[in-house]
Amino acid sequence: MSLAPKSSLKSYEFRREREKSWRELEDMVRRAEKRGLKSLPAEDLLRLPTLYRATLSSLSVARAISLDQNVLNYLESLCSRAYFQVYGPRASLLERIASFLRYGFPGAVREARGPILLATVWMVLGSVIGFLLVQGNADWYYTFVGWDMAGGRTPAASTETLRSALYDGADSAADSLYVFATYLFSHNAGIGMFAFALGFALGIPTVLLMFYNGLTLGAFLALYDSRGLAWDLVGWLAVHGTTELLAIVLCGGGGLVLASAIIFPDRETRMESLARRGRAAGTLIMGAVLMLFVAGLLEGFARQLVTDITARYVIGGTMLAFWLTYFTLSGRDSSGRERHYDDD
Amino acid sequence: MTTTDAAAQKPQGSPPGPKLTGVAPEGQARVHSERRILTPEGVPLIFQLAQRGERAAAVMIDLVIMVIALVVFVVTIAFTLSEFGIEGVAIGMAILASFIIRNFYFIFFELRWQGQTPGKRALGIRVIDRKGGYLRPGAVFSRNLLREVELFLPLTLIFGVGLGGSSGWVYFLTLGWVALCLLLPFFNKDRLRAGDLVAGTWVVSSPKALLLDDVAAGARRDQGSAVVLDPEFPFTRSQLEIYGIYELQTLEEVLRQRGPQSGETRREVAKRIQRKIDWAHGDRAARNDIEAERFLKAFYAALRAHLEARMLFGERRENKYAGKPGGKTGPNGNGAPPGKT
Repeated sequence: MSLAPKSSLKSYEFRREREKSWRELEDMVRRAEKRGLKSLPAEDLLRLPTLYRATLSSLSVARAISLDQNVLNYLESLCSRAYFQVYGPRASLLERIASFLRYGFPGAVREARGPILLATVWMVLGSVIGFLLVQGNADWYYTFVGWDMAGGRTPAASTETLRSALYDGADSAADSLYVFATYLFSHNAGIGMFAFALGFALGIPTVLLMFYNGLTLGAFLALYDSRGLAWDLVGWLAVHGTTELLAIVLCGGGGLVLASAIIFPDRETRMESLARRGRAAGTLIMGAVLMLFVAGLLEGFARQLVTDITARYVIGGTMLAFWLTYFTLSGRDSSGRERHYDDD
Repeated sequence: MTTTDAAAQKPQGSPPGPKLTGVAPEGQARVHSERRILTPEGVPLIFQLAQRGERAAAVMIDLVIMVIALVVFVVTIAFTLSEFGIEGVAIGMAILASFIIRNFYFIFFELRWQGQTPGKRALGIRVIDRKGGYLRPGAVFSRNLLREVELFLPLTLIFGVGLGGSSGWVYFLTLGWVALCLLLPFFNKDRLRAGDLVAGTWVVSSPKALLLDDVAAGARRDQGSAVVLDPEFPFTRSQLEIYGIYELQTLEEVLRQRGPQSGETRREVAKRIQRKIDWAHGDRAARNDIEAERFLKAFYAALRAHLEARMLFGERRENKYAGKPGGKTGPNGNGAPPGKT
């Protein structure tokens, strides 16, 4: 100490001793940010956590002993960049999509079964009311079903027109079916996402949307029922409807999850409860959007090409059975316990 | 709790009573936008919330990219497919493409680039989880699904499409809702939009800092155990006790400045410091750029050594007003850099 050491500014000395490992980490992180963690050679991958921890401890020491702003800023930025690499997702995007399908989505559906049930109740209630009202007075039909949606299927139309609306389409060119399918998909998925996002407004618009959807459905049913075509309509709807209505209900359920997180935060603060449950709901909606894609294909192609009523029931029933099995079984181990995806 | 409100913790060294005395306005703003995430190693990382303007600019960039991508895609599809006379498929593809771009652009990039989109990357900001750890897919999904009502609904409203049937009070109700969503980031201190609320995320700035040379490199300890960079500029203990950390770091900035004005600034700063500390070894520094830099570097090294030594004894002197009886508040309560006093 007395015989003049090389340098005596402790923070400078501190930096000189560790700078090499900081630079090494910086280089590694830069490469990982550019081309992904997988592009690093094995020995680098092994060294990364060690270097990260060493640098983090440098940061912690530097905060206590150094007043060199540049070093502090540098370490702060380097540590956070390394942190995201070290604790980042280990799976590739494809693997994450796979795990989403196997665990994430069905798990989210099971977790939100209460709100989903509630959304279903509103939709069923809407259909029953819609059905009864239109049955009592056909004029209600015009209130519930917009012109664009009715497409000529009104109480004023002849039974023959109504029937042909269900069974026509086999002659349509494959070309226009494609447009039809994609249009239906993006339209429905848009509504589904909307139903979810509106959950943020305490869920009231979501409930209304579910209810209104039910009213329309009930009105259609009542119209066709009055001409003795109820079973034909159900068959026509079943092809894609089992998938589509299920997905819409899931979206509504997701919206209600948001609403309940705001209204009933339990023991957390509203912010925390919204943040926690909002993510699960996001997973739910993503899955529902995929379902709507399937529904769009079924509606655009299968329903137009398959005109046999039995075949329609078989397709619709199979889809329903498939979804229900998927939701109850996938993502659970043999004893029925929930398997977590995303190590979260 | 892994996250803490940084504003409540900092600054440790400021005197009790009127808070943040002597910290310059920009320093105050920095502290207010500081957020901490505790790493599993137990060391908190400090992040700065992104500015609202930066975020808006990032969204603009992303929207422009989306529109360009869509136009390019549609034009290409239209040209190639109409060659084969299958317009139906082309229209279908266009609808599908617009849907996918609109809804999955943000989701795809935020998943792929860990919370960044091209726009965010350009602005140097990123999305992080408020609880730490990596950004979960669920969080990315929900924060971007909410854009449907936050971003796309306002856009459709502005361009007056999509709500053809509704009029009157429905329109105003929607307008109110949209205004609420748009203004939400201005009404909470975390600058959260609805999507951030739902996903539990923050948007922070993520600058890439470079490690520069230490300004005090080469400082030595002399026989009397004082730290000396340049023996021509000796400082006494009382001269080093005038300034605090804020002034030291401002001086560091002055010394790192490059450009035509930097020489003049340094001369000016040197002059003021010499006046303030009663410098008695001539005023060469005030006239000559090189001398000014030498003086300032020497002073910087000595001051840093002094303050760091005090820090080791648990005494953090935040700025020149700290710990001085009667000197709690400076002019207007603002600390000025050393050169300005």
